[in-house]
Amino acid sequence: MADMSANRPEMLPWFARLQPGAVLVWTLLFLGGVVMVTPLVLMFSTSLKSAGQIYDLRFIPAEPTLNNYVRVLADGWFLRWFMNSMIVAVCVTVSNVFFDSLVGYTLAKFKFRGRYIIFIAILSTLMIPTEMLVIPWYLMSAQFGWLDTYWGIMFPGMMTAFGTFLMKQFFETVPDDFIEAARVDGMNEFMIWWKVAMPLVTPALSALAIFTFLGNWTAFFWPLIVTTSRDLYTLPVGLSSFAVEQSIQWEMIMTGAALATIPTLIVFLVLQRFIVRGVMLAGLKG
Amino acid sequence: MASSQHFTHPRMRGWDRLTIGQKRVIWAWGFLAVPILFYAIIRFYPTFTAFYLSFTDWNLLRSPEFIGTANYQRMFADAAFWQVFRNTFAYLIWGTPISLVIAFVISYYLDRVRLMHGFIRALYFLPFLTTAAAMAWVWRWFYQPVPIGFINGMLSSIGLPQQPFLRSTSQALPAIMVTAIWAGLGFQIIIFLAGLRAIPQTYYEAARVDGLGEWAILTRITLPLLRPTTVFLVVFSSIGFLRIFDQVYNMTTNDPGGPLNSTKPLVLMIYQSAFSSYDMGYAAAQTVVLFTILLIVSLIQLYLLRRR
Amino acid sequence: MRNFLASSMLTIAAGLVVVPAQAQTVEIEYWQYIFDTRVRAMDQLIERFHEEYPDIRVRQTTFPYADYQTRIVAAHTAGQGPDVVQLFYGWLDNFVAGELIQPLSEARFPAAEIEADFFPIVGAMQRDGQYWGLPTAVRSLALFINNDLFEEAGLDPANPPQTIDELRDAAISAVKYDSAGNITSVGLTLEMGAQDHHWWREGLVRQFGGVPYDDDGNVAYDSDAGLAALEFVTNMQTEDRVGTTGFMDEGQAAFRAGMAAMTIDGTFRLGSFNSISHFNWTVAELPANDDGLRSNYASYFANAIGARAEGERREAAETFLQFLTSPEAMEVWLEVVGELPARREVAQTDKNLTDPVYGPFLAALDYAHTTRFVDEAAQRQVAIDMVNRVVLQNQSPADSLAAAAAAEQAIIDRSR
Repeated sequence: MADMSANRPEMLPWFARLQPGAVLVWTLLFLGGVVMVTPLVLMFSTSLKSAGQIYDLRFIPAEPTLNNYVRVLADGWFLRWFMNSMIVAVCVTVSNVFFDSLVGYTLAKFKFRGRYIIFIAILSTLMIPTEMLVIPWYLMSAQFGWLDTYWGIMFPGMMTAFGTFLMKQFFETVPDDFIEAARVDGMNEFMIWWKVAMPLVTPALSALAIFTFLGNWTAFFWPLIVTTSRDLYTLPVGLSSFAVEQSIQWEMIMTGAALATIPTLIVFLVLQRFIVRGVMLAGLKG
Repeated sequence: MASSQHFTHPRMRGWDRLTIGQKRVIWAWGFLAVPILFYAIIRFYPTFTAFYLSFTDWNLLRSPEFIGTANYQRMFADAAFWQVFRNTFAYLIWGTPISLVIAFVISYYLDRVRLMHGFIRALYFLPFLTTAAAMAWVWRWFYQPVPIGFINGMLSSIGLPQQPFLRSTSQALPAIMVTAIWAGLGFQIIIFLAGLRAIPQTYYEAARVDGLGEWAILTRITLPLLRPTTVFLVVFSSIGFLRIFDQVYNMTTNDPGGPLNSTKPLVLMIYQSAFSSYDMGYAAAQTVVLFTILLIVSLIQLYLLRRR
Repeated sequence: MRNFLASSMLTIAAGLVVVPAQAQTVEIEYWQYIFDTRVRAMDQLIERFHEEYPDIRVRQTTFPYADYQTRIVAAHTAGQGPDVVQLFYGWLDNFVAGELIQPLSEARFPAAEIEADFFPIVGAMQRDGQYWGLPTAVRSLALFINNDLFEEAGLDPANPPQTIDELRDAAISAVKYDSAGNITSVGLTLEMGAQDHHWWREGLVRQFGGVPYDDDGNVAYDSDAGLAALEFVTNMQTEDRVGTTGFMDEGQAAFRAGMAAMTIDGTFRLGSFNSISHFNWTVAELPANDDGLRSNYASYFANAIGARAEGERREAAETFLQFLTSPEAMEVWLEVVGELPARREVAQTDKNLTDPVYGPFLAALDYAHTTRFVDEAAQRQVAIDMVNRVVLQNQSPADSLAAAAAAEQAIIDRSR
């Protein structure tokens, strides 16, 4: 993106500054980038090959076919898993955007006894690895009948300390004057947060949303444990079981992997600017 | 709930009698009520349960009985556990520095590139958006022996001997680690780029006025100023490598964590103990070890950040 | 979530309302795991059962396989549970210890009759002289042969290897290499992680003159026979190079792709192999040793009576179990699921024995053994590692065998 380099010192057009070293650096960086996407390219190209062609390691299939996609999608499981992943990721993202920012705002903008303890308590959960909690969560889910439900997949991630911390950092940059002015206008505290403070931190909210969505879209460990019926699998879990059941037919596995990857790639191409900025923001403040 | 009291009429007067400060405190606790419940029930209570279970012999079928430190004794006497422990640190100790050095070098140069900057950056960033469980299968295919494997196919077509990769006790772990590095590199590059951008240009200009060379600028200005970014990335990727699971699980389904446990990380061992052998108490003890390792890593992070 | 809770409560409430209306009939619950053909076969059987016994209503409840044991335990702790339940024979000790099931009554299931009518492998359902369950159907192993690759190697698929030495020779003739010496098509798939560990334990160890476990269930393969059996398996990989573990990722994938001349697999693979269209394949009995001794591994899911079934429900449950283990039910199961009948008279009819596909599997049931697993995945891993230590780390087979025996014995000890 050109805007990121606009305020660099050398304002000459690039071709005026061509040096052999720069050309070499550019070429190496470019080739490195090509290597990085090679696995993706091969995945897509193999997904377009028939079973007989997969031993032929050409990048561009001799006779491309969408047959594998038709076969994979035919029984409807992938669409089902896609929908499950979408429901889970969207619900968890909405919950995080709401609660993490509400808690972050409260901790940043309210003065009350116990505030610091609550903040430390929430922050300390960052040090508890999910893996330590899965056994108790599993036990809890079995007792409450949450195994194999959307709620069972979602409940551990409904709020995160990372998101709370990130939002607290951003709300601290919101001037108190804005909030005081709203209070004078007679708005209640909830509306002040929702109508006044939230719009001032939209970049942070989009960063939080992107991270939460991507994290839940690709999540594997907990969904693998808590879901047991095919109906409730998320896309990664479904793909993993599909791959085993396919008796290692690689063109089918590559098609499944491609189907799991396409949505995030499309989202990236559309929202590239927001995503990169969001990742940068989260990285710098987090 | 306190925040809703003002809707009922008789309480109205009670709410009105409160000072502005008191009202705000009530609002604050109202906002925090659900989250406090959540953290208490979904995070803290299970943490204590995990500690408790680690001292029991619970196996799903029989009710848990307190057995003292027997699970820990068994774990520390188990050669497989120490193998897994070493593997976990191998992912960390090799994976973190290698990926950070590569990411830094790329972003250091990419920062200066203007021609197709966004495009090249996107090439590096794309793998970060993929699903680890899906890409693990793509990589698994790459690593197959001939006649099916991509890398071995390339090797034999140029006359080099084929490599066993996932079928070797020495190559399997690096082979899996490469996939994790590949997937995480784009994120690290973006963060490094952001860190580099955040360094004020005046520092560089002053350094050039002082006649410092590129190398001196790198070591005396760029790297020290990039320290917070680097510490963040070290911690972030260390935790990622310590918790590696998706790739290993999917790349070794025929012999989980194999061959001969050479790729098995702690999280996979936990998964197998808990959800394959139903040895919940033993698995809980392993999670306590993971917790301890992560705690130490986090404390080191706090220490490093404080020293600034 | 709230909707989910509400709807499940409604279901329960509806169930409560319905019960008094049908006071005469006994309703019992049957549990098994989800597997398309098994569920379909059971639906058919329940329908027939209802016709025969109008006073008993059977409701089938199914759970995913991975979750199955947990569901049974969870229901049990909640004071509920099935009246008739399906379980893998290897889970019996756990189910008995967890008081999830009760023994069959001697009056309706006389031990002497069971032993006369069923294949000997049902003995694995017996503890202290009592039977705790009975299978409808069983599975065994056989040798699958790719006819095209066999003929290409100058072998006759109609005349499959009869001894393990012939098996090895056939594999040596059928394996193919490229110019660099890489294997491009294996003679025999070698995957301890698949079915080979069963073949090794219950087949080869016995054929080399040993036993895998003693009468008390302790490891007994750390012997000359075990060593010879292990060397037989590893030598095919290291010296004869008839195949490698992980070729084409796994053995059945190699066979499906037409890149394995032979593979050892079970009845349950027939469904997958039936879709092979680009070559013909045959099924043969697992080869004997030089003395003509054959041995095979069989496994099964048994049906048992849930611990909660009492009084008339227990009566009804036993009636249903009798029906499930009747010749009629076994025929339905063979037809729909493709699993072998557990009764001799039903299984070994002339028609079945001469069936080119089922014949070899059925013949094996006379000399098949079951392994009393306490943790099948963990014990399988011991076998995988035993071969890997020899093949990948050049450990001597004797040392590797001893290490495997110790590791498996530790697993067995821990379960006691």
